[in-house]
Amino acid sequence: MAKTAQQKVTFLSVFLNGLITENPTFTLMLGMCPTLGVTTAAMNGVGMGLATTFVLMCSNLFISLLRNIIPDKVRIPAYIIVIASFVTMIDLLMQAFLPDLRAVLGTYIQLIVVNCIIFARAESFAAKNPPLLSLSDGLGMGLGFTCSITLLSCIRELFGSGSIFGVAIMPESYQPMAIMNQVPGGFITLGIMLVVVNFIKEGLKNRRIRKEAEA
Amino acid sequence: MNVYLQMLIGLLLVNNYVMCQFFGICPFLGVSKKFDTALGMGLAVTFVITIASFFTWLVQKYLLVPFELEYLQTIAFILVIAVLVQVVENALKKLSYSLYQALGVYLPLITTNCVVLAVAINNITDGWNLLEATFSGFCSALGFTLSLLLLAGIRERMELTNLPKWMQGFPGALVTAGLMAVSFMGFSGLV
Repeated sequence: MAKTAQQKVTFLSVFLNGLITENPTFTLMLGMCPTLGVTTAAMNGVGMGLATTFVLMCSNLFISLLRNIIPDKVRIPAYIIVIASFVTMIDLLMQAFLPDLRAVLGTYIQLIVVNCIIFARAESFAAKNPPLLSLSDGLGMGLGFTCSITLLSCIRELFGSGSIFGVAIMPESYQPMAIMNQVPGGFITLGIMLVVVNFIKEGLKNRRIRKEAEA
Repeated sequence: MNVYLQMLIGLLLVNNYVMCQFFGICPFLGVSKKFDTALGMGLAVTFVITIASFFTWLVQKYLLVPFELEYLQTIAFILVIAVLVQVVENALKKLSYSLYQALGVYLPLITTNCVVLAVAINNITDGWNLLEATFSGFCSALGFTLSLLLLAGIRERMELTNLPKWMQGFPGALVTAGLMAVSFMGFSGLV
């Protein structure tokens, strides 16, 4: 945190940090199970991402409000209770209002409890920062997660079913690659996406070094 | 007996929780750099999942169902798991300090391993009885350990190969896992 404290912590910087700089999927490598498990169709990615964002924002806010009350020794069970309550809430809400999406996502909604992003943000951010800042961290991290899993699910849906958000993109003669909708496709697509992200990061870093050298 | 054999082969190879269902990917990628640590993690997880399956089944049957509290399943199960992990940690510390030291770091991590919760929930959804639920927990955990050890073995070899820079670490591990999953697909239809 020392570094960000120097850079003047604003809501926007915390938000952008979650969305881009420390993107949970591509940089922190957290929350891999839903990332790979539900991303066979773009709609599932969006639904899962937004459900996680909701839980992440609420749990960050509440844990931050309670950060001076929760004793250090029992903090893990305390965090789990807070997170599990919100997960139950979103689970019941989805069963009532979005039953189709809930049926597709299945156990993964209940498994948001053990999504390590939420736990990691509670432990490393919300426990040390004021409520509103934690809320914007939750929003940034959540949307960062949503964006990356939506991107992954768009790619998988495009090649696996020839469509994006259910709208056919590929010509009719296209033979869908069934493997993209199965487990191996998920692993390999994410692996290749990480290669691309690393490649871009490396390029940006080199350019910055060159600019500094010139200046 | 037939049911148990089917369950063993099914959860170990055909419906392996990691390779065929995408559960427990975080520890699968996180602790598979070295074979020894992977073995330690696998043993600890096997231990916890087996006990957790037993207790969560009892909680569901004698606490949640009689009081009509099924909607609290997530909270109740994760609490049982968190408490169990803590108890196992304390018990190991007293009973076998060498094993505790070997597993030490990995024990708290098991709480957030989604295989544990997924197995507990699936045991209820599948309608097993107590013995079947415990056995299915044990088999699922063995399946997790198997895939973890396989990946760790491959990654140890990969350390020595000359991969391009942006392929090292996670991307390489993910592609390896993908190819492993392809081979696990070969088992489908076995049971």
